[in-house]
Amino acid sequence: MADFDTPEYRKYRAIPELTEGVMAESSPFIAKEVHQEPLGYPGELVDNWEQAAKDKMEDLLGRYRGLQVYLDSCVKCGACTDKCHYYLGTTDPKNMPVGRQDLLRSVYRRYFTFAGKYFPKLVGAKDLTKEVLDDWYSYFHQCSQCRRCSVYCPYGIDTAEISMAAREILDSVGIGQKYCNEIIGKVFKIGNNLGLPRRALKDTLEDLEEEIEEETGLPVKLPLDKKGADILLVTPSADFFAEPHIDGLIGYAKVFHEAGVNWTLSSHASEAGNFGMFIGSYENMQDVAMRVRQAAEDLGVKRIVHGECGHAWRIAYSFWNTLIGPWDFLDQNYPIPQHICEFTWDLIQNDKLKFDKSENDHRVMTFHDSCNVARATRMGDKPGGQFEIPRNVIKAVCNNYVEMDPETTKEGTYCCGGGGGLLTDDLMEIRVKGALPRMEALNEVVEEQGVTNMAAICAICKSQFTKVLPYYKMPMDMIVSVHQLVGDALILTGSEEALAAAEESDEE
Amino acid sequence: MSVAFAILLYIAAAIFLGGLFLRVRKYWRTPAPLKIPTMPAPTTQAGVVMRMGREVVLFESLFKSNKWTWVFGWMFHLSLLLAFFRHLRYSMSPDNILWPLINNPIVQSFGKYAGYAMLIGLLGLLARRIFVDRVRYISAPSDYLMLLLILIIAATGMSMSFIAHTDIVTLKMFVLGLLRFDIQPLPSSLLLQVHLATVAILMIIFPISKLLHAPGVFFSPTRNQVDNAREKRHIVPWAAKLDANRGYKTKDQLVKE
Repeated sequence: MADFDTPEYRKYRAIPELTEGVMAESSPFIAKEVHQEPLGYPGELVDNWEQAAKDKMEDLLGRYRGLQVYLDSCVKCGACTDKCHYYLGTTDPKNMPVGRQDLLRSVYRRYFTFAGKYFPKLVGAKDLTKEVLDDWYSYFHQCSQCRRCSVYCPYGIDTAEISMAAREILDSVGIGQKYCNEIIGKVFKIGNNLGLPRRALKDTLEDLEEEIEEETGLPVKLPLDKKGADILLVTPSADFFAEPHIDGLIGYAKVFHEAGVNWTLSSHASEAGNFGMFIGSYENMQDVAMRVRQAAEDLGVKRIVHGECGHAWRIAYSFWNTLIGPWDFLDQNYPIPQHICEFTWDLIQNDKLKFDKSENDHRVMTFHDSCNVARATRMGDKPGGQFEIPRNVIKAVCNNYVEMDPETTKEGTYCCGGGGGLLTDDLMEIRVKGALPRMEALNEVVEEQGVTNMAAICAICKSQFTKVLPYYKMPMDMIVSVHQLVGDALILTGSEEALAAAEESDEE
Repeated sequence: MSVAFAILLYIAAAIFLGGLFLRVRKYWRTPAPLKIPTMPAPTTQAGVVMRMGREVVLFESLFKSNKWTWVFGWMFHLSLLLAFFRHLRYSMSPDNILWPLINNPIVQSFGKYAGYAMLIGLLGLLARRIFVDRVRYISAPSDYLMLLLILIIAATGMSMSFIAHTDIVTLKMFVLGLLRFDIQPLPSSLLLQVHLATVAILMIIFPISKLLHAPGVFFSPTRNQVDNAREKRHIVPWAAKLDANRGYKTKDQLVKE
């Protein structure tokens, strides 16, 4: 299938011995001038890049407390060394969280600390050379910013913050990543990562309406740019065309229909994903997010509901209020923004939705906690709601549910392997290898408990698993959207199914 | 000799306090523009204090991560704390109101035998650094030297407790003298001189080394932030300035172009 080997499942999940340099050649395509320019970055490596990189580092150190504290505080205790899925899958020591951080930290020490200026060898400080820059480009694009390491670090050092800073420095000297930067450009120009124009989006949604009507006999609508709607749904654009994402979108539409709410999508903000975070750029992240606020004001909505997406939910939950708040024009009686799982779970708790759980009886489900939902956001009122609410929703619509190894779920969940701007074909090797720990845990419940499907609430997870499951000899359609399960089991009022159920209860 | 040590200790104390002050001030003044607590995180400030308390007292995250590193690391740090309390006796006159808290059999004997736990902890950490390939890979010379330095401090200190006692009364006169800038004679003991010199080195390198993890943990945004991003708008001065520069404040400019 490719010019690399899919890693073998480890016996007893043993921590592998390290092999230096095995992933040094893994680098994504470099952005061209046309991808760099709309984001405000130079089109190619600038002449004085050493100085420019140092200046940028100094700028970031002054702007981000986390970066400053994390570069100073690491004691090299080794607690994080076996926590990254990319290390476990590749055994390259520069994929250990601290190994990755040290690529930046050694340069920080050289130019910004007393010990590194005068005793570089003693403290492992390094000059910024072209080789170091190449290592940055390579290895900071082998981090999915999943934050698993930050759970286990005694000082909470978050490699995601270091990777973001490193990518911002690289962008500022002219070496951007094509995948992320091209996509951000598409959002600025068209409104979504896929570059799906309004007309095409409209057609897609109309096709979906027809499809749902054929299935249910009911006019379930997917409105676009409907002024005066109460709810704006912001969802990853993959939901409009990719499998299994689109089945999730159908699920949201059915839930909205059954709840009887007046909702709409926006073509201007037809993207929940925000790759500005992946490249560590506050300004670009704000520009991408601003489209949501603009759409909300323009359409005059009262609430914002957010679709199934991981990093996007992080930005929406944790950053929107900062970047594009305050939300004083929205209805304060609801969480701003509200996750679709929170929305559905509220309805379930209030007995507003009826399900025929047997519709999902052909499935034995498990749930993959998406990294950024798990470790960077919350749902509901209580810490940990981001774990409980999606599970509650699944259990409300499925009879067969199984947990994977607890070491690999909830706050300890492993990234799918494709997050943080790595979901591109030029990084296939790191994606496949990085999926190893999740594939091991999944394979275990498949073999021992007969699991047939895994649900996720992230567009990246869904695309990544679709692609990598076959490498691990599992079918690509094992991965499903949570709201696909909801949509399949939901009994819509007035549908034939509902009438049949009513007749049955009359006969009794 | 006494004067030389007095000067060394004054310089070390000045660098330690001054350097630490400057570093903490830097952490304090550098803003954290985004909400990035590692979730699940407390939703109240009181909850954050509890989380930080568990982190600092029990090393909660390290416990989740690696039991061996936790055992050795926790043993070492706890012994260090006990030894520190025990040492306060040498810098306090008996009429100090805190004297009974320090000069009692519990603190004094725990502090004394903590030396063994400290040695075991340090040797365990050193062994991990040498024998675990992943930890060896990330270790710079300074990481080994740091352990060695503290091992020397512990070994010389314990030697004076258990093997060759130094003239503790004269030492106390020296320390109390230092505190009122009146230099008194230091007992001439090689163990004591090595002990004091290495402690001075430790204080000097503290603000310029990884020992900054001690203040650093309190400033770590993943640990010290409240999970309330939806409820309360978090905005730092540079971000607010950026908003103003970009015209994001006015509603007119927010309307779709």
